[in-house]
Amino acid sequence: MVEVVYFAWLRERIGVPRERVETGAATVADLVAELAAREARYAAAFADLAAVRVALDQELSDFGAPLAGVREVAFFPPMTGG
Amino acid sequence: MRISVQEAPFDLGAEIAGFGAAGNAGAIVTFSGIVRDDTGRMVALELEHYPGMTEKALTRIAEDAMARWSLADCLVIHRYGRLAVGEPIMMVATAARHRRAAFEAAEFLMDYLKSRAPFWKREIGVDGPGDWVEAKDTDEAALKRW
Repeated sequence: MVEVVYFAWLRERIGVPRERVETGAATVADLVAELAAREARYAAAFADLAAVRVALDQELSDFGAPLAGVREVAFFPPMTGG
Repeated sequence: MRISVQEAPFDLGAEIAGFGAAGNAGAIVTFSGIVRDDTGRMVALELEHYPGMTEKALTRIAEDAMARWSLADCLVIHRYGRLAVGEPIMMVATAARHRRAAFEAAEFLMDYLKSRAPFWKREIGVDGPGDWVEAKDTDEAALKRW
């Protein structure tokens, strides 16, 4: 079980800011594949992964990273601070 | 060193009063970003952020700057929420013995805030919410010089 959070247009496309997901996914990429297979709104949000960034427990990470021990996964577009 | 992620406006002058005094600084640089309207049809920016990760990311970036340029002090304030055109979005201040270090550290902070602090901006136009502001390739490229 992991907490999955979404920001900006990913949050809008998926329709919720956060949700608890029951998953046995080994990596972030596996989790994305599971979500995208669920419903069209997830498939639409994850259609172009070059435009998506990921953080694991609030640290910037990548799609190949393992999920073992991770409590919170965040998906968001490239950041635009400053 | 101080980091603040806040919805409320800030007063640049008040924030830097006494800044760097304790560290025997010889140079203080400040930068402040203001909401601007490039199209003539924008009324505000809506800034979303990732509470928790934002504070961690800003702290790490500021700690890096403190160590790398041996700063006497460093201040980062970044706002979120709805900010009208003309309002300040964020500011950084750096205090160092010499101006070159203070300028460079301020530029380093700005370059990293752009691409490594989890904020997302959306334009609010006269007709309502518009597009999310897209990250620029030049912002990512700017990190390479550090």
